[in-house]
Formats: sequence, structure tokens, C-alpha cells
Amino acid sequence: MSHPAPFAAALIALAIASPPLLAADNATQLQQLQQEIAAMRKDYETQLKALEARLKQAETSLAAQPATDSTARAPTSAGAPAAMESPPATQAATPTPATAQSSASAFNPAIALILSGSYSSFSQDPTQYRIPGFLAGGEIGPGVQGFSLGESELTLSATIDPWFFGSMSLALAADNSASVEEAFIQTTSLPGGLGLKAGRYLSSVGYQNDKHPHTWDFINAPLAYQVFLGGALTQDGLQFKAVLPTSQFIELGGGIGAAGEYPSGTGNRKKPGTGTLFAHTGGDVGASNSWRAGASMLWANATDRASDDIDSAGNPVSNVFTGNSRLAILDGVWKWSPNGNAKSTSVTLQGEYFHRTESGSMIYDASGQALADIYRSAQSGWYAQAVYKFLPAWRVGLRYDRLDLGNINASSNTANLFLPEYSPNRTTLMFDWSPSEYSRVRLQLAQDRARYGLTDNQIMIQYQMSLGSHGAHGF
Amino acid sequence: MKKMLHIATALLLALGAQVAQADIKVLACEPEWGALVKELAGDKASVYVATTGLQDPHHIQARPSLVAAARNTQLVVCTGAELEGGWLPLLIRQSGNSAIQPGKPGNFEAAGYVRKLEVPERLDRGDGDVHAAGNPHIQTDPRNIALVAVPLARRLAELDPANAAMYQARSAEFLARWNAAIQRWEKEAALLRGTPVVVQHKAFPYLQQWLGLVEVAVLEPKPGIEPTSAHLSTVLAGLQAKPAKMILRAAYNDARGADWLAERTKLPIVVLPFTVGGNEQAKDLFSLFDDTVQRLLKGLR
Repeated sequence: MSHPAPFAAALIALAIASPPLLAADNATQLQQLQQEIAAMRKDYETQLKALEARLKQAETSLAAQPATDSTARAPTSAGAPAAMESPPATQAATPTPATAQSSASAFNPAIALILSGSYSSFSQDPTQYRIPGFLAGGEIGPGVQGFSLGESELTLSATIDPWFFGSMSLALAADNSASVEEAFIQTTSLPGGLGLKAGRYLSSVGYQNDKHPHTWDFINAPLAYQVFLGGALTQDGLQFKAVLPTSQFIELGGGIGAAGEYPSGTGNRKKPGTGTLFAHTGGDVGASNSWRAGASMLWANATDRASDDIDSAGNPVSNVFTGNSRLAILDGVWKWSPNGNAKSTSVTLQGEYFHRTESGSMIYDASGQALADIYRSAQSGWYAQAVYKFLPAWRVGLRYDRLDLGNINASSNTANLFLPEYSPNRTTLMFDWSPSEYSRVRLQLAQDRARYGLTDNQIMIQYQMSLGSHGAHGF
Repeated sequence: MKKMLHIATALLLALGAQVAQADIKVLACEPEWGALVKELAGDKASVYVATTGLQDPHHIQARPSLVAAARNTQLVVCTGAELEGGWLPLLIRQSGNSAIQPGKPGNFEAAGYVRKLEVPERLDRGDGDVHAAGNPHIQTDPRNIALVAVPLARRLAELDPANAAMYQARSAEFLARWNAAIQRWEKEAALLRGTPVVVQHKAFPYLQQWLGLVEVAVLEPKPGIEPTSAHLSTVLAGLQAKPAKMILRAAYNDARGADWLAERTKLPIVVLPFTVGGNEQAKDLFSLFDDTVQRLLKGLR
């Protein structure tokens, strides 16, 4: 049969329509139906014959007829201009069996599930992990010893209508807790290259911030992300982005988010907690190189923001900061692959620099002595990493992290704080193996000197698997 | 203030001039569609091609240069059938360009206009990187190019009605030349009918169907998974019973698997351009197939 798909479609349509008719048990109706099918088939066949005759006529001299079905025949020069007005018959043959699913499930959102787990061995106790002097919060530290279930991530996403796209990511943690990592809607039809995102989303400040953990090149976040952003900046709010109509990629954006997560605090929800502005640009250098660079600013209103710290004797204390926090980020990434074909070989260089100033007041040892005084700081940190894919499934990566305690003026509290003269740093080596683009097994070795006077040798093995629809990853 | 106004006016004029230059801006995902737009539109279209013939179109990243190109285009012409699933949806979303969103006239998917082969009967990632809609490498059969040319010309006319008559005339003229060329290629390639071949990736089912080549083995154990030594050994053993005449791979494929097998079987490796720009000879659609047929014939000798 030359045109199975339309016939199949017609038959399926009839099969769906027929049960009520059969149930009526009406012989004449059945006969009528059979006649209709016969008439339809006849009509279709005559149309097909006419079309084939036209094709043959124009292709009389076509030698050595290949053993293919006639649907794949090229429209002829005689037939083509006519086809400009009416769709070619072959177009009717496009629906394929695999896409002909029932309409109820056809509109279901794309589901992507990430499963991950790890085994870790640390030479120092990870529960005592503190990076003193940074008033840090959020997700800090290397994780837990031994086997652990990593964060499983479930993402549902779909185009909502011609105007909106929506996506939600749930993070299911090893302690049986579920959290909403992202849940946002995004416009798709605004003019001027403008896009708005509303809901909870990973902010587009910096380079790595809006990347989900399963797309990171190392198991854990850079130290600077941990101390300055609590792992990553998430906003509950509104973010805009505009891609300028220039041949060079220039993207400007900004966002405003509610108070709550680090680096803002939970104390005052009347004022917005965080505000961002960012600009990214990038391009290609030849076919083999591409790059992106950016600058971002983050302003945070911190109200009653609590941080785990240690006192000068090494005992854990909790300090609470209220004031303004301002973070500047410079980011850059350079990717190389031969002829731009990253399937077998590629090199990625990535780095970000953070500079933060905070001013306000701090309560030292909030649950104990509760000593309040003014607090000012100017601190910085950076990381640089290189990842080399040397075989289609194999990569090796090296990352170096460094933090600078900078200047801290905590007035009368300065003496209470533990502010040693040193720069926390970490060196991380990574190997990973990805037998397909849906699975990855990774070995990571690190020497973590973030804690004063302690060197933590870390060995981690991790798997990451991607099930279901596999969303596209950004640059 | 007055100076600012002057600058603004100058900028607006410059912008207006830029719009007037090219009648339609097109972003082609793959070189073959860029070449087809050039055939149909001539200098009425400015075409930006997102990938080169030496890149694997499955594995492209939504890089900044592509986001900028997508932002500024009126029409994206892509293969579809999930070939660009790893980057195109993101590119379109990041571009903020409402004209090229799926379903809009500015979004053209070529695979929707041809009959696809290797449509999987079951969908399971255990079978490798399979495409639910069927094999997306439709451009290796020139008759598919003709099938796409007609609706593509119609789409160009819809988006650029001022030049509609020109698109129609050019498409008729192109199809006349194209069909004559197909006849020539088929005559030249008649010798190839029934030739057993080993392929690296399931990239050539349309070419095989067109010229009557018979695929006896695939170097990738599953689609999209690089050849493993264990699988290559199986292929080698299988070739004892079912001998092949040549090994086919696309210009962008990693050479190692094919080289390994060629060394042991003494079979010639035929590196096909696969698309426009896949090698020096494949400069446009016509020379792409000229070169493809010539390389296959050379492999037979």
C-alpha cells in the first residue's frame, strides 16, 4: 500500500466512531458505513492514481527505478508550482505511528527525573564544617560521610499556551523531605526580545547560578557560591531578560525577589529581600571557540540573617546580621572543541570572581551572650576550573577555589570573632564517565583547606542518571 | 538634549536601513537547509547557518552567538523530528523572539514534509538515542530535498509576500534542475544497487533507500553510543558471514571505530560529506550529491 498513514488514520477514526453504531445493532447503519468506507477508499484511490499519473508523465525518462515506495518520490518540475497553492499529497502521509498518541496524554508536560547517589569519605568530620568569618548561610559543606542518596530532581515542563511556558522542579532529599527548587512561568510572546519569568527560579546572576546541580562539572558548588550565595541564589519574584537586536549576543536582565533565603533574611517580608541586575555577552571565535562573559550585581536586605560560626576558642556560635549586603560577580567561560564538534573532544575553561560588602549590625552569639554592635565587611572569593573531554565518554577536570577574608570591622565584637590570617582554599580533581548522554559516574578527589589549620582529604563517587524527557542544557 | 535626539534619530535610521537591506532573515539549523533557502530565495534572504558540516547536529549547545542569531531572525528552518531537541527549544526560549516559537509561521520543520524511516515501534532508552518521530537524517535522499523545497518556498512567500512571485518562480526553476540532477545521479549510481555496507551511525537510511544500498552492520552498538571494542569485535565476526563492500561514516563522526574495522577487514572507508560543507567538494546541494555519488562509486572500486 502506498499511503498507509491516512488510511490508518481514517480507519482509527472509524474504529473510534463505530462502537456506538454497532451497539445500536442496526444492520442498515452498518451497511451504510461499509459503503461509506468503500466510497472513501475509491475516492482516495482515484485521487492518488491521478497524482501518480501526473508524476509519471513528468518523469518518463527516469531510469533505474529505485526500489522505494512512491510516496518518497520527488515532486516534478511540472507538479511543483501547482503544489505551491495546494499541499502536496505526500504531506498527508507525515503523521507517524509513534506520534499518533491519544490526545489526553499528548498534552502532558515533559517529565524529567534525575536520580543521583554518592559515596563519600572525608578525613575531617563534615558536621563540624565551618568557614569562619563569612557570615555564611544556606548549603555549606561537603555533605555526609558514607553512602548517601543524592538529591533526586523531578522536573515537569511544558508550553502552556502561545504566550507562556511553565516548569517546576522538585528536589527530593535523602531525609525524605521534598522542596520546590523551581516553579516558574515564562513569557514566550513579548515583543523586543523581552522575556519575563515569575515564580521561584534560579537567578541568572553569574555563570553557574542558574544551572541545576546535575549539569555541574563537579559534585559540589564552588566555595564562593557556598559562602556568598548559600549554594545558589533562588528568588521568589520576578525576573526580566532582554536580548538586544545586535549581531553580538548581549543580554540584559534583572530581578526582584522576596525576603527569605540567604543572603536576605526572614525578619522583614514587607521589603523585597533581593534585587539583581546582570549583563551577559558572548560569541564565537572561528568555528572551534565560543565564549560568554558577564557582570552581575546582587543587593540583599538582610534582616535577622543567622549564620553558623565559631568563636576564637573554636566553639560553635550563631551570629545574626541585619543590614545591607551587596555582591558583585564577574564571570567568564570559554569552550573549545575541534571544528565546534564537542562529541569527542572539548575543553571548557570557567571562572567567576565575587566581591561582597556588607554593612549593618551584628548580634554575636545570638542564643548566648547576644552582643550587638555595628558590622562592616569587604570580602572576596573566586574559582577557576578546566574540564577536558579526551574521549567521547571520558572527561577529567581540575578546579581551584579561594576565598579572601578581607576587611572586617565588627567594632566591639571584632575580638570575639574568630578571624585567622589565612585564605580558605580547595583543590578538586574530577574524572567522569558518561556511557550515554543520560548517565554519568564520577570520581572526585579534593583537598579542602577551607577550615583554618585543618586539611580535609575528600573522596567522592557519584552517579547521576537522567530518566524521561531530557531537557536541553544551556551554554 | 538636542544632541541625544540627533543620536537617537541616527540610530533609528541606521536600524531602518538594516531592515531594508535583506528582505528576510533566516536561521537554518543545518547547512543543507541554509543551502536550500539560498536556492529558493537568492539574495532576498540573509541566511545564518547554526551548524557546520563538521558538527554533529545532535550535540550542539545553545551558544551566545546562536541566541543572538535566533533573536534577530524571522524564520528558523530546521530538520525537526527531535534532531535538535538538545538545543533548539532552549535557543528559541532564550532568544525572546516571539515570531519563531513552535507553531508560528516563523518556525519551519523540514521533517514534517517527508515520509520518515525507522520510526521506532517501541520507545525505550535502552535502544539508545532513538527519535520517536523516526530517523531525522532526511537530507541524504535528494528526493526529500525536493519535498521540502515546495512547502519551504510557500513559507518564504507567506512571510515575505512582496517577493512571493519570485519564490514561486525560483522554486519551479530549482525543482526542474534538481529533478534533472536526480536522474543523472540515479543513472551514475545504478552500479551501487544492492551493495552491502557497514555504517558508523544510523545516519544514512534515506540514502540507502534511494540508491538501494544494503546496511549489514552498524558500528555504534546503539544509536548515539560510540562504538565499543566488544561491539566492534561482534561486527567483525558478523562480516565473515555477511561481507560488506565498504564502511560509511559522516564527516563529523569520530574516525576511530571505522579505522579499527578497516584495518582488520581491508574494507575502504567512505567518508561522506553528509551535508553541505562536510568536505571541500560539497559546496552546495548539487555538489553535495555529486560528491556523495562519486565517493560511493570510488568505494566500490
